Amino acid sequence: MTPALRVVAPGMLTTVQDLGRTGFQHLGVAVGGALDPVSLQAANALAGNPPGTGALEVAYMGPTLVAEADDVRLAFAGADAAIALLDDEDAADGVRLDGMRSVRLRRGEAVRIGSLVGANVLYVAVEGGFAIAPVLGSVSTYIRGGFGGWHGRALMAGDRLPLVRESARAREEWRLDGLDLRPPPRIRVIAGPQDDYFSDRAIATFCASDYTVCAGSDRMGMRLGGPPIAHLRGFNITSDAIAPGAVQIPGNGQPIVLLADRQTTGGYPKIATVISADLPALGRLPIGARIGFTPITLEAAAAARRALLAEIAGLPARIVPLRVCGADIAPRLMDRNLISGVVNAYG
Amino acid sequence: MTSEYRILPAGDTALVVEFGEQIDRAVSGRVLALARRLDESRPAGVVETVPTFRSLMVCFDPLAVSADALAARIADLMPPAQSVEKPGRVWRLPACYDAHVAPDLEAVAAAAGLSPRDVVERHSATAYHVYMLGFLPGQAYLGDVPAELAMPRRPTPRPRIRAGSLAMTSTMTCIFPLETPCGWHIVGRSPVPLWQGGPRPQALLRPGDTVRFAPVSLREYERLAARAADGTLEIRPAEAPLGAAA
Repeated sequence: MTPALRVVAPGMLTTVQDLGRTGFQHLGVAVGGALDPVSLQAANALAGNPPGTGALEVAYMGPTLVAEADDVRLAFAGADAAIALLDDEDAADGVRLDGMRSVRLRRGEAVRIGSLVGANVLYVAVEGGFAIAPVLGSVSTYIRGGFGGWHGRALMAGDRLPLVRESARAREEWRLDGLDLRPPPRIRVIAGPQDDYFSDRAIATFCASDYTVCAGSDRMGMRLGGPPIAHLRGFNITSDAIAPGAVQIPGNGQPIVLLADRQTTGGYPKIATVISADLPALGRLPIGARIGFTPITLEAAAAARRALLAEIAGLPARIVPLRVCGADIAPRLMDRNLISGVVNAYG
Repeated sequence: MTSEYRILPAGDTALVVEFGEQIDRAVSGRVLALARRLDESRPAGVVETVPTFRSLMVCFDPLAVSADALAARIADLMPPAQSVEKPGRVWRLPACYDAHVAPDLEAVAAAAGLSPRDVVERHSATAYHVYMLGFLPGQAYLGDVPAELAMPRRPTPRPRIRAGSLAMTSTMTCIFPLETPCGWHIVGRSPVPLWQGGPRPQALLRPGDTVRFAPVSLREYERLAARAADGTLEIRPAEAPLGAAA
């Protein structure tokens, strides 16, 4: 049998994502890709992969995955979640694992990922990546288009995701320290392209108010609730293209921020557009989070982009050996009664 | 028409070059002409371009080229106001207007004060311009629908319509390439997949192409749809575009 990761339970919405599919928006194809590309690249760094390797994006509640290979190395980055390493897929309890680390699973061992806490998405990278053919240059799952990733859909129980590597590299496990995934105090935007569809007062409301991330938000768009933004001259425009992070204001005045799986074109005026450096933070905001917006200049946006790219480029340098048997960690695991007395040598 | 345009920022990674606010063939011509010039000259930092009814979005890497420098480059490449774009390919696509697959045809006819047969005749006699692809992969917006057939969206959108549904609203008509919610009026169905899935997906139509519909019977539709399903339905442009090299 080819080496694989088998899906025991799929979680709520687990999809294969990479950095997206550029160059096909003129055909109506969404760019897609990870909602939080920083965490995706952190997970890949922990797995020893090139930064844009396709990984599992987990939303809301995680999957249970079992190793069907000699051994498989996984790495987790993003939202907090209860991650348990199980002796087999039927085990009730296992060893609790922290996020932001790698782990090696032997054949038949499983990981179970619970509900996500504090952020919207968690990435599970596998060393070497999945043996999935790219479609239009990307392995991102485009559910609306029905292609990419694993058969163009979210994972289902029983799926067997083929792996590139037959076994894990012989090395110790790694963890990543000091990656700050907290959102900035205010999400930074560039005004426009249709800010002339709004009065100065409406723009001031948009910039001064706090909004709540509402249920109904998904990979296409984040629906916000808060003080409504009034239109100056109607809310229908002749459709034009939608940039990443575009903040469109439909008829009810409640903003929708367009995310990775956004439709390529649309007919609501867009008051502002989130800067590229703040899109990963936006993508990890969970339902119920409060956010506000602040306008900045293109020069400031370029500086923020440079800083984010430098942070991403610096991820591998922040990786340190895990040393899970260190004196500070093992007693903590014992206290919580999560292990029965023997710490697995490999984590 | 005016030669004026505006270049607007759409965040820090896209500029929108806007030629107008309405759907207009001359505006569309300028959008497509600029898209072609940018795609041919590939200025540094440009990632991709997205033509729409009235504007061209130019996606770029702001660390490779500044918005100001790119705007200047776009101004250099701006096609003359009177430029005529080379015609695109010409298609004749089979479409079935039978009542079984056209749930809104009678209502559209009634609203227009015409018989369903008249609606079909006028809808299929028009040569449509592909303004843009958007909303769904391969979905081409075709215009303009004859004025007497133009009507607003249905008050209540349908939660799902079948792939291949031929629908219209206002001055636009579309074959919806995938199953989708839709508030347009469904006047028929086409067996032609505008979006070819599989490992190497392709869109059939491109902005600037011309499309006419060839009415077919329900029986013929079913025969063609079966061939589309098993991948043996070959659709080619109806004739060589005017002025194309021999």
